[in-house]
Amino acid sequence: MTRPQLIYLDHNATTPLSPEAKAAMSAAFEVPGNPSSIHRAGRAARALVEDAREAVAALAGAKPADVVFTAGGTEANALALRGLVRAMGCRAALCSMVEHPSVIANMTDVESFLAVDANGVVDVAALQQRLKNMPSPVLVSVMLANNETGALQPVAEIARLVHEAGGYVHCDAVQAPGRLSFSLASLGVDALTLSAHKFGGPKGVGALVMRAGLKVTPLFEGGGQEKSRRSGTENVIGIAGFGAAAKTVPQRLSAVAKIASLRDGIEARIVQSVPGAVIHAKSAARLPNTICVSVPGVASQTQVIQLDLAGVCVSTGSACSSGKISLSHVLKAMGVADELTATAIRVSLGVETTEADANAFLESYIPIALGQAGGNA
Amino acid sequence: MTTLNTLGIAKPANKTRVVVAMSGGVDSSVTAGILAREGYDVVGFTMQLYDHGAAVKSAKSCCAGQDIYDAKRVADALNIPHYVLDYEATFQKDVIEKFADSYVAGETPIPCVLCNQTVKFRDLVKAARDIGGDCLATGHYVQRIIGAHGPELHRAVDPARDQSYFLFATTRAQLDYLRFPLGGMMKPEARSLAKQLNIAVADKPDSQDICFVPTGRYTDIVTKLRPEAAQPGEIVHVDGRVMGLHKGVVNYTVGQRRGLGVGGEADPLYVVRIDPTTARVIVGAKADMLRDAFKLTGVNWLGAGEGIAPEGIRANVKLRSTQPPIAATILPGDVPGAANVVLDEPEAAVTPGQACVFYDGERVLGGGWIAREDAKAFVPHNMRKEKAAVT
Repeated sequence: MTRPQLIYLDHNATTPLSPEAKAAMSAAFEVPGNPSSIHRAGRAARALVEDAREAVAALAGAKPADVVFTAGGTEANALALRGLVRAMGCRAALCSMVEHPSVIANMTDVESFLAVDANGVVDVAALQQRLKNMPSPVLVSVMLANNETGALQPVAEIARLVHEAGGYVHCDAVQAPGRLSFSLASLGVDALTLSAHKFGGPKGVGALVMRAGLKVTPLFEGGGQEKSRRSGTENVIGIAGFGAAAKTVPQRLSAVAKIASLRDGIEARIVQSVPGAVIHAKSAARLPNTICVSVPGVASQTQVIQLDLAGVCVSTGSACSSGKISLSHVLKAMGVADELTATAIRVSLGVETTEADANAFLESYIPIALGQAGGNA
Repeated sequence: MTTLNTLGIAKPANKTRVVVAMSGGVDSSVTAGILAREGYDVVGFTMQLYDHGAAVKSAKSCCAGQDIYDAKRVADALNIPHYVLDYEATFQKDVIEKFADSYVAGETPIPCVLCNQTVKFRDLVKAARDIGGDCLATGHYVQRIIGAHGPELHRAVDPARDQSYFLFATTRAQLDYLRFPLGGMMKPEARSLAKQLNIAVADKPDSQDICFVPTGRYTDIVTKLRPEAAQPGEIVHVDGRVMGLHKGVVNYTVGQRRGLGVGGEADPLYVVRIDPTTARVIVGAKADMLRDAFKLTGVNWLGAGEGIAPEGIRANVKLRSTQPPIAATILPGDVPGAANVVLDEPEAAVTPGQACVFYDGERVLGGGWIAREDAKAFVPHNMRKEKAAVT
């Protein structure tokens, strides 16, 4: 069997490795040293790590010393939520109901979750009420942009309220770089999570960027790398790729208008061609690249499989490693009916997405969404 | 007109989309492998039926057991797309719950038939059609042979492997869409094909027992779902004597001899009947188990005509998967879906809940579920809408 050409529209899951990151990583392969070694080879490796640290800090509008490299977004979230709570003596932690599982998993209390509106946006007034009745200090974690719908949270406003109440704010910003301008200062948060592979870097590298003066208790003990915040020999090659990808962020941001226009075109065609199609979080401020769409009557899984067989990569809301699908907790929190949640797919565009890709997607998707594909039934 | 391909479809192989139900075992892996080698557009589907982690009481796992992993790896090696379909909820409702209900009703169920009937040939067939599949192939050892009036179900060429007993409930419409490429093959042939095709699971042992009871203790699952199945009761001799007490009807099956915990009789005692309304296990001598007539429910007919001829038919019937066929006359029942079976010679251990499958030589003519003798308004366990009322 020859397979159709691949059309990759799952950039919120991961992005293709950028040529810049690939080149930086190839160069790093040639450096044999351990960054902690005092000899020349060690110094060369250290330089790669520190160059990358500067680039990542610049991306987040932070200082190099604020950047703690981790093995990805999940670890950075865990370090923030467990490490800040312990080191800063937080007496409670809260997060929104639409956070990534790697944030939600660190909540210890069923009362920890902040309600969202129909667009998946945190109810700020309700948060304000909650803060009045909470033991202080509290740690609040709210994502910058939702991975399933692209909806943005009022992070700066939340940070202001939480700080007024004497608390700390963490922001999972993994979906934001290259799609949205932001900085540690503009958000006003204490810590934020980044992940290299969401903007052209390699998988398995991330960072927790934290405001100077904050402390975290490390997740595990060891050689004391990363200023004793994250032990273990640095992933030099991955970090080099991360740094190179961070430097591409300004270019990526310059493609945002093009991506948003492709997205708007796709959404318009869907709404026009598929009766009953629902674009989730459409009226919210959201990322330019993310489409979360339900069509009545065709299960998400059926759509994703049919699109895959046609060479188009998209995803369902949340799939576990085996491929089993559960209903999206994000859409559920938004109050979307189960029948619609069960038919939602996520289409996420990237810098390399072309008009031809968008058209090829629509050509496959519309008959599927209309229940006209398959044929044998 | 295009000639028929090896699957009997009038299209070239590479334009024919074949969905293969891949369990992660050798047989379905070989099925996928030979079809891929023939150039079909093969798509692998594996069903997620239960939480394997919960089933073996390990820490909560993200879904998949070893079998799903194996199926994925085989699909990778064959370079075919592969998907895991989540049927946990429907498997729980249509197979596991009904399995438990059946024990409560004093029967001995066959969950594999329920699974074939519901999750596999109803839901998986629909999923295969939904993605444009031209047919669904499985690794079952059974033959689909085109006869004068369309596809017929026949026993496998390898008698030791024949699975036709478990497929009696396959409807004509399902049979039309299904393909069983291994039915004409001997098992060693399949194993050697697995080696030839470099299928990693070539040496994996055949699956045993009931898939959702990996520990082998099905009574745990039944009593968890239906505590009444573990309600103690009396062991009563057919002559009326109370012989002792038992720890729940779930522990007994008609024909059982071992583990009754009662004795003192000249001849060995067997379970003759289970009375769910009184929670009594009725025991007797071997001769007390003999029956030569019984009713069937949920009958599926695959022979000539619309159903069993009014004057009845002669056929060989199998009353257990492991038993050789025996001669019988089958008559239509008084309601649709029912039948009456009269055996030429009485048979011991005609077990309610098991299937009675009709054969004409190698061909499967259909079959039904053996009904409990005392059941008046009997509803077969595979057709109950709700939990059976148990008094």
